[in-house]
Amino acid sequence: MGLKEWVDKRSPLPDMWREHMAEYYAPKNFNIFYYAGSLLLLMVALQFLSGFLVLAHYVPSAEDAYNSVFGIMYDVKYGWLMQYMHVDGSSLIFVLLYVHMARGMIYGSYKAPRELVWIIGYILYLIFMAEAFFGYVLPYSNLSYWAGTVITSLLKSIPFIGNWVTIIARGGPGISGDTIGRFMALHVTLVFILIIGLIAVHILYLHKVGSNNPDGIDIKENKDSNGHPLDGIPFHPYYTVKDLSGFGVWLFIFAAVIFYAPTFHHIFLERTMSTPANALKSLPDVTPPWYLSPFYAMLRSIPNKNGGILLMLFAVLVPFLMPWLDRNPVRSTRFRPVTRIMLIIFFLNFFLLAWVGEQPPLPKYFFPERLGSVIYVGFFLLLPIVTMFEPTRKPPARVRYRAH
Amino acid sequence: MKKLLVIGTLVAGLGMGGMVAAEAETAPVLMKPKYTYDAKTIIAGAKLFAMHCMVCHSVQFMRYEFLTKDLGMSKADVHKYIMLPTGAGYKANMVSAMPVNMASKWFGRPPPDLSQMERYKSQDWIYTYLLSFYQDSKRPSGWNNHVFPNVAMPDVLAPMGGTWSEKGKLLKAGNESQQKFRKQVTDIVAFLRFVSDPSVIQRHEDGPWVLGLFALFTVFAYLLKKAYWKDVK
Repeated sequence: MGLKEWVDKRSPLPDMWREHMAEYYAPKNFNIFYYAGSLLLLMVALQFLSGFLVLAHYVPSAEDAYNSVFGIMYDVKYGWLMQYMHVDGSSLIFVLLYVHMARGMIYGSYKAPRELVWIIGYILYLIFMAEAFFGYVLPYSNLSYWAGTVITSLLKSIPFIGNWVTIIARGGPGISGDTIGRFMALHVTLVFILIIGLIAVHILYLHKVGSNNPDGIDIKENKDSNGHPLDGIPFHPYYTVKDLSGFGVWLFIFAAVIFYAPTFHHIFLERTMSTPANALKSLPDVTPPWYLSPFYAMLRSIPNKNGGILLMLFAVLVPFLMPWLDRNPVRSTRFRPVTRIMLIIFFLNFFLLAWVGEQPPLPKYFFPERLGSVIYVGFFLLLPIVTMFEPTRKPPARVRYRAH
Repeated sequence: MKKLLVIGTLVAGLGMGGMVAAEAETAPVLMKPKYTYDAKTIIAGAKLFAMHCMVCHSVQFMRYEFLTKDLGMSKADVHKYIMLPTGAGYKANMVSAMPVNMASKWFGRPPPDLSQMERYKSQDWIYTYLLSFYQDSKRPSGWNNHVFPNVAMPDVLAPMGGTWSEKGKLLKAGNESQQKFRKQVTDIVAFLRFVSDPSVIQRHEDGPWVLGLFALFTVFAYLLKKAYWKDVK
């Protein structure tokens, strides 16, 4: 008996390999949007690598945090590479998250039987937001300081215990070295472990019900004599090699950003991130990073703190209901043009909100801010009505795929 | 119909963005320095910085040796033009000789460290700021600035660029022509830009190799994908 057989008899890995890779049948008609999932896995691995390296040099204290972060940039060999990988990587993760979620919305991947896949995925998105927030407080730049102050002050709106919760979250009445200590603990342990764990759960729940596809039809309804879906292909080797070429293209883009536009016109790395925290010098306008600014715009669109927080909470939480707001039994919007148009307007509106959320709080931005909020909320309110009555074409019996 | 609707939304969105952007900004318009960003400009800026700025301002994250390692300046030149006569270490950080507590006393607040100033304020801002000083007898230093009103810093470059009134009238000519003075200010800006991110040299050196490697990887990965997917009909 060879060593391989000896191990195979005792190991769960061969079965897991078959179940999730070699004999996991995925539809053969995935398009370019389907790269985002595997790219997110790659990016989380790379964030771990770059995070591990910067953590080795980072000093979590109010006195040294800023200097240690820039010490990495100037004095650590290839420190700039670790730093830019980590900073640009976090923004690119959100690019991929939005593509991944938009893909799910366009092809109805949240609909039965994949509701839990959507919900777990959406929880992951919220946890990524938390991870990013804790991360950008750590350099203790002036943006870190004031963004940390603004975001933690949202907790003050919790009825009765708001002030107490805020003090617990900050480790004192204001942002200080104690805040950095607890945020670092959250950033590198609890929240990160949650991300890893939930990614595993997300994939396991997906593999239980099978992947959706751009046509939104169920490939398990047409099986060959072996019981394999006729329109499915084993994930390994077909999608592993396909994703590998996707990795190549993506790493090229990622490297191009790091080497030639590391601050990405100060969208990925804001200017106020490059000046130390100063409690006496509040920023003229504390704007969040681009990936959170749509929600910030909605928060600001109501001139009342608690009202704004309620709208923002609604905006953040309402996508959880997508599987039940959509009443149409057909999944893919390829056959539901009205929903598709609504989605395109929704996405464009999301960009408008992201842009307006980055602007200073001036009266001239009130109108686009409010219009954006109305369109955002309106989309979710209209969705159940539209999807009940919209004209729907009949999806084909088999997935459409052109060999290339 | 579908396309029309999409185009309609796009046009509406763009129109609204344009409308908002068209409104006048209150801040003064920043000028753009024109130069080629290379070692020669940066070194010229470093010499000017050491002569005129480093009396008060540190760039504490820079080390003298970076000027040799990254820009190819000779060690002798660094000693001659950049380093303080106090004999600071060649590997040490570029820190001003002015004690911070004294500087706070003299100016009301210590002159800021300029290591990340270009990243924080932008090169256009620094360039315009350095060219926007005017004489103002109401200020303790005798100077004021259009870009940074009531700034504590005096116009240390006035002997070169001349003394100006608030309305932009030349009160006392400097010993440089305006063209040469602007070139010198541009050099200082280029140096501060370099200081705020010295990795640019190595990034641009390594970049083509890294991108080439990934491009090559993509080609082979794509060929592999092609070969495997041949039998997917």
